[in-house]
Amino acid sequence: MHIHKFEKICISVGIATLIFFLVVLGYGGFHLGVHPQSHAETIDPGNVQAHEAFQKENLGLTQVSEDQYIVNVVASSFNYDLGVDEEGKPIRHIRIPKRATVLYQVATIDVIHGFHIVGTNVNMMVEPGYISKLETTMNQAGEFTLLCNEYCGVGHHMMFLTVEVYEE
Amino acid sequence: MSLAKRIIQTEASTVYLPITKPESKLYMSFIYVAFISLLIAGLMGLLQVFVRSGHFTLPFGIDYYQVLTVHGVVLALVLTTFFIIGFQYALMGKTVGISAMQRSWAWIGFWLMTLGTVITAISVLLGRASVLYTFYAPLQAHPAFYIGLTLVVIGSWIACFINWRQLYVWKQHHPGEKSPLLAFMVNINMIMWFIATLGLAAAMLLQFIPWSLGFSETINVLVSRTLFWYFGHPLVYFWLLPAYMAWYAIIPKIIGGKLFNDSLARLSFILFLFFSIPVGFHHQLSEPGIDTTWKFIQVVLTFVVIVPSLMTAFSLFATFEITGRKKGSGGLFGWWKYLPWKDVRFLAPFIGMLAFIPGGVGGIINASHQMNAVVHNTIWVTGHFHLTVGTTVILTFFGITYWLVPHLMNRQLTPSLNKLGIIQSITWAVGMLIMSTAMHIQGLLGGPRRSAYSDYGGTAQAAEWGAYQMAQAIGGTILFIAIILMVYIFIKLAFFAPRGEEEFPIAEEEEDAPPTPMWMERWKLWIVIAIALILFAYTIPFIDMIQHSPPGSPPFDWPIGNR
Repeated sequence: MHIHKFEKICISVGIATLIFFLVVLGYGGFHLGVHPQSHAETIDPGNVQAHEAFQKENLGLTQVSEDQYIVNVVASSFNYDLGVDEEGKPIRHIRIPKRATVLYQVATIDVIHGFHIVGTNVNMMVEPGYISKLETTMNQAGEFTLLCNEYCGVGHHMMFLTVEVYEE
Repeated sequence: MSLAKRIIQTEASTVYLPITKPESKLYMSFIYVAFISLLIAGLMGLLQVFVRSGHFTLPFGIDYYQVLTVHGVVLALVLTTFFIIGFQYALMGKTVGISAMQRSWAWIGFWLMTLGTVITAISVLLGRASVLYTFYAPLQAHPAFYIGLTLVVIGSWIACFINWRQLYVWKQHHPGEKSPLLAFMVNINMIMWFIATLGLAAAMLLQFIPWSLGFSETINVLVSRTLFWYFGHPLVYFWLLPAYMAWYAIIPKIIGGKLFNDSLARLSFILFLFFSIPVGFHHQLSEPGIDTTWKFIQVVLTFVVIVPSLMTAFSLFATFEITGRKKGSGGLFGWWKYLPWKDVRFLAPFIGMLAFIPGGVGGIINASHQMNAVVHNTIWVTGHFHLTVGTTVILTFFGITYWLVPHLMNRQLTPSLNKLGIIQSITWAVGMLIMSTAMHIQGLLGGPRRSAYSDYGGTAQAAEWGAYQMAQAIGGTILFIAIILMVYIFIKLAFFAPRGEEEFPIAEEEEDAPPTPMWMERWKLWIVIAIALILFAYTIPFIDMIQHSPPGSPPFDWPIGNR
């Protein structure tokens, strides 16, 4: 098969670029350990409360050590359940100190939902039967919108919370 | 002796078959459905951008997501499939011919697809299937939605079998000759489509239909999503490859040049067959339940698709330059002014090619292992496919329409219609530039896709999106004007333009072109390699999904109002 000279050069440059891209991605993934979420941890979607993380008293923000937190969330159409505050009202807003490490654990009791803290790389799909987990450090102060970015029905756009990261 | 043989071959390849009346009726039927789809679903697109601007609510209690489902299903699945099958039949009819028997079967396929479309449309219009075109379980639509879509797929399989048969019959009559390039390309595209839709059919027949009818109580969500995306990525290449057919083999003729390199065109199509199917996981990068190593392996496979895309880009610009130089251009970019800018058959696809540059770059970002987290499920993705499918593919399809429809209907593309076509192409490009750019920026700022208007409780981040949503409404309105123009041009071309002959432009090879190696025609080998790659990419993760599957999901019909 005949390939023109310039074409060979063009294809070689293309393939070299491709290899460079893949090396960068591989370095990020396997050396720095930056992966998208995938823990493959299963759960019964009809009974998420059976899992310790999603029992009523463990929902929402929990401090586990000085600068480590866990946020447990049960998603459902069209709500993120983070438990209730002292007055018994549903929590719609959480506050996390800057530079804290936070592990987000989310499960759904009905359909597929999204879990995106806008302006951060916390962006997960939440699927029935699996626990979505992502650990991250909140390096930027400010108020962030946490919203559902996977269609979950007619009230999909009403499903959100706010996450505030404050300077200590 | 060898010289004589060569001359015979060259002559044989320049003689194309005339398209008879019953044939053109068949091909046009597919294209009619495509244009009706464009008008209906385009109107839905207009309503969406209005709603999202925050200044408009839908009348008569129509739900935003119902409109969104119509827009997605009708454009992404109906318009594309019908146009592509009609166009590909025309290419096959022109290059290898169609028998009366094949034509009858093609009609059966057409009616099956149309029936399926109508059944699906009714379920959506009654508000029983607002599940968007991805219909992710466990959201449950009315069974008619799934059954209708399955009929569309089965109808399209008939087209696959006919196209393969057409080439087979031709080869029986032309032993030892290489197949016509366009027939080769159509056959590759249909092999890819068939292998890909097997996944969709499996999901429909084994999962969705029994589940929606109540025969099975639960559904394995991850398996259904994996089967969907096994189909979902080749789907985008099923849209793109017919555009590539036009770019490789039609456009050179329109600009007065020759085919650049027959072998290379075939090789790039073979590579698309290999690498477009085993890559579905890059659509599932941010979901739980798939091992990160397998995600990465599929990211690598996905990136390889860049190679045939770059080969295509090189071939196109090489053709432009060679043609320009033959016409007497000098300098590095002098050929630029020798291109037929005032010919809409060239201009519309050319704008499409330009859009593919940012479109392709965006695609690489979406497919990246880590960068995906920034844009996943944001409206950036919507902006991406409005560039690739909505501009690259659709403008090329429009470019094809300008000569194919008058050719089939024995009419002419008049200078005034050509001029209107240029206005249409530019209007489309401007509308899409505004809308798609706004979508990309809003996506980078975190704006979600597939959401009705919401101020998210008045957060500062959501307030930032307002201006971009307004820009999308403006771009969308301009696009709708372009749709009206296109439908008007189509009606003129099909029914009212003056009678005459319009050329079916197929580029020829250079007289001194090197021969295409015959190993290109090893169809069985290509299919075996494609299947081996699919098995490599999917077997272990799939076994894993089934072995470690959670309890299945019962149906949820109330979130979408299907009750």
